[in-house]
Amino acid sequence: MPEAQTILETCQQRGFSRRRFMKFCGTMAATLALPTSYAQTIADALSTKRKPTLVWLEFQDCAGNTESMLRSPHPTIEDIVLEAVSLEYHETIMAGYGKHAEAALQRVVKEEAGKYLVIVEGAIPTADGGIYCTIGGRTALSIVQEVTKGAAAVIAVGACAWDGGLVRSKPNPTGAVGLQEAVPGVNVVNLPGCPHNSVNTAAVLVHYLTFGALPALDPENRPLFAYGQLIHDQCERRAHYDAGRYVQAWGDEGHRKGWCLFKMGCKGPEANYNCPTVRWNNATSWPVKSGHGCIACASPRFWDTKSPFYSRLPHPPGFGVDVTASEIGWTVVGAVAAATAVHAAGHVVRDHFHPNGNGHALKETPAEPQTTEVR
Amino acid sequence: MSRVVIDPVTRIEGHLRIETEVNGGRVTDAWSSGTMFRGIELILRGRDPREAWIWAQRICGVCTTVHALASVRAVENALGIQIPDNARLVRNLIAGSQNVQDHVVHFYHLHALDWVDVTLALKADPAKTSQLAQSISEWPKSSTTYFKGVQDRVQALVASRQLSLFSSGDWGHPAYQLPPEANLLAVAHYIEALDMQRDFIRIHAVLGGKNPHLQTFLVGGMATAIDGTEPEAVINPERITLFNELVTRAQTFVNQVYIPDVLAIAGFYKEWFGYGEGLGNFMAYGDYPAGSINDPSRFFFPRGVILGRDLATIHPLDPGKIAEYVSHSYYDYSVGDQASLPPAQGETNPRYSGPTPPYEYLNTDAKYSWLKAPRYDDRAVEVGPLARTLIAYASGNAAVKQAVDGVLAKFNAPPAALFSTLGRIAARAIEAQIVAGQLGSWVAELDDHMSRGDVRIHDGDMWDPDSWPKSCAGFGLEEAPRGSLGHWVEIENQHIVNYQAVVPSTWNAGPRDAHGQRGAYEAALLNTPIADPERPLEVLRTVHSFDPCLACAVHVIDGQGRRYSRNSVTVPALPAPASSNASQIGGM
Repeated sequence: MPEAQTILETCQQRGFSRRRFMKFCGTMAATLALPTSYAQTIADALSTKRKPTLVWLEFQDCAGNTESMLRSPHPTIEDIVLEAVSLEYHETIMAGYGKHAEAALQRVVKEEAGKYLVIVEGAIPTADGGIYCTIGGRTALSIVQEVTKGAAAVIAVGACAWDGGLVRSKPNPTGAVGLQEAVPGVNVVNLPGCPHNSVNTAAVLVHYLTFGALPALDPENRPLFAYGQLIHDQCERRAHYDAGRYVQAWGDEGHRKGWCLFKMGCKGPEANYNCPTVRWNNATSWPVKSGHGCIACASPRFWDTKSPFYSRLPHPPGFGVDVTASEIGWTVVGAVAAATAVHAAGHVVRDHFHPNGNGHALKETPAEPQTTEVR
Repeated sequence: MSRVVIDPVTRIEGHLRIETEVNGGRVTDAWSSGTMFRGIELILRGRDPREAWIWAQRICGVCTTVHALASVRAVENALGIQIPDNARLVRNLIAGSQNVQDHVVHFYHLHALDWVDVTLALKADPAKTSQLAQSISEWPKSSTTYFKGVQDRVQALVASRQLSLFSSGDWGHPAYQLPPEANLLAVAHYIEALDMQRDFIRIHAVLGGKNPHLQTFLVGGMATAIDGTEPEAVINPERITLFNELVTRAQTFVNQVYIPDVLAIAGFYKEWFGYGEGLGNFMAYGDYPAGSINDPSRFFFPRGVILGRDLATIHPLDPGKIAEYVSHSYYDYSVGDQASLPPAQGETNPRYSGPTPPYEYLNTDAKYSWLKAPRYDDRAVEVGPLARTLIAYASGNAAVKQAVDGVLAKFNAPPAALFSTLGRIAARAIEAQIVAGQLGSWVAELDDHMSRGDVRIHDGDMWDPDSWPKSCAGFGLEEAPRGSLGHWVEIENQHIVNYQAVVPSTWNAGPRDAHGQRGAYEAALLNTPIADPERPLEVLRTVHSFDPCLACAVHVIDGQGRRYSRNSVTVPALPAPASSNASQIGGM
């Protein structure tokens, strides 16, 4: 078997220009928050390295993370799977099926031990011997344990693969867990979100291809470049928050003018993610820009800890379970907390004189009957 | 005789296993098994009904938005909320865009490789491919140079010895019948369709912040503020222009790429109008309201039931005739496994009785799937684009009739040819074309409302849970890309006490019932020719023609004993739809 080609070689072979290639490398450097000079480093690495093999495993999933990957704007999904990596197994889009698909997976595990990359999507059921998810007659648990064992790097995409996500929400009917609990000790990069943002996933892949290592991670093994900042601190509606301009009812004047969604239950002050800067679907928009509050979908156990989603945050923003001092620094925490206290007082006064906006004011909803669980 | 197993069935959403018996080169029996579930309906209990849609949407990320829409409709039905007309239009626009995009992705990325041999594209003459392309379509990307570039890209992939997602395909299988030029054309459009789905679905990002899993629905309306004079409003004149651009590009792609490709590929596989028939019974709830959700007579997709291939009679839909069996599903019924129960009184007592993993074969004489077996009037029925198209056709819908008759004339085929694998593919393409053609009118209506100063997007009268009755129940029906979808919700003391989803792929992919009646996949696979039992590609063709979605198709269990019965909990059983709501069902 001849030596496999480098990424640049395959790019050039099909007329993918050097200029376009460099532009892509520059975009990746920016997403990774690296100085622009790193574009050349990325380019050098991609020009000389063999395409790694990637296998994408799906368990208790909705394929939303797969769909998100299909929307990847740069590099596009076709550039990724035709040029950047060799995607040998991915149930939703691979050509093979049945035992031939399973044979392809086994070939990678056996012949490329220690060299291949794994992406995991979906939770892994552990109750009752794992019979709540089988593929090819095998349990998800046995497959993920086998396949991750020989991997060079493992990436968990989406909330479910990270910490069990929605599947693990109370009462967790199937004993679902995330990857790092299903395979204790596995060296994993977590890219939570519901779904993950494929811009970040592509950037992690490129970082790995470039530096042979994974990017800097926070204590939850999330890349700092994507999960190191509060949504609230990056939000385009932040000025309205600071000025006390709030949406009071859906469709009211403030809603139409793009004011702050804090009173409609937005969890941005407790959520870390780079949504506001990289946005979604080729940087078209993100939920707050489109008029709905953030649900903190990249936060730990967010389904149980951040719902009810329409209840205004009951405590000063800045001290959510998702935020640690090491991530954002005490200065910002203090500033946000102080600002919130002032604004909260302001709201009381303003609401007193202008109750209900259009007459549809949000009432604090009753607390969820189940106890909130923070891991 | 041999047992031929496909597990996993790939290029679908979710985890599906098909077992078949093959005798003399034909499928003589088939069993469809769902092999995963999560329990989302139970997880919804105790939550705020206003956010149920956020959770329910995660039932499926391929069918993103569809469960969100069914959920808000169910809660609005329970609370008696009528949404503003702008919200209706935004919902139609979102659901219609989803339909078109999903159908394109299905044809090119989930289904095409059953018919297209990627490696044969290397043997094509790009000049002849260019001639072929220009003979069937005005689509401008059709030059010899263009197809040479695509061929080079495939060549580079093959030369690299790293075939990526094409590595395990059945290349060279005798069932592939396209000439090399058509294969190259299809590979080019496979790649272009990736671009199309990514670009077009930006309409969801504008309206919902992101796709998949839009974040914009509200009980009572939508979060898409609309205002012709506000630059920060989600819907403003600038966005209307963008919607029109995106819709126009999508229409052009469907008309100039998707439709011609389906017709061209079908021309090489005409015998597949004779395989994959299935049940001959079809059902659709109908959708895309022109006014109130309670007026199905004005739905863009009509409602009704076709039985026994009889296109002359559209039966009115009666939801009281829907019931589910568990005779071959991993559940017990308190009334015995031979009985059926309507979803409103349904029980879900899971009891896995399949083989202990790892296993080679299911015991298909006993229980063999996590899916239940829903039946309409005790008959198995098919749902989805073919069902909708047939019901619209038989109802005399002019646009559908013209499109269907055009396809039939091209192949000199009678309407009965639609009861087939190719019929499903053709119906899906026709539907995408018709819905794509309709999107612009919904944008225009929104524009008209906006220019007249109508900024209503949400009815907030019932937003405050203190305004709700102590207990209420409702349901929401919808036509998702894969077929008829219903959510049922029961609310008590401002929280969900029961939630139930009855989903398209449960109808289509479900197992046998107590009478031994096969589900739609199982029936459709009978008599399928199998050239090589080691490579049962032909089975995939028919299964994929339904566009399976298995994540959607599963039911619930509870936390402690891992079993859950509606009859065993203290809350009242989910009632049948209230009579005031039931009246909307009957009319066609």
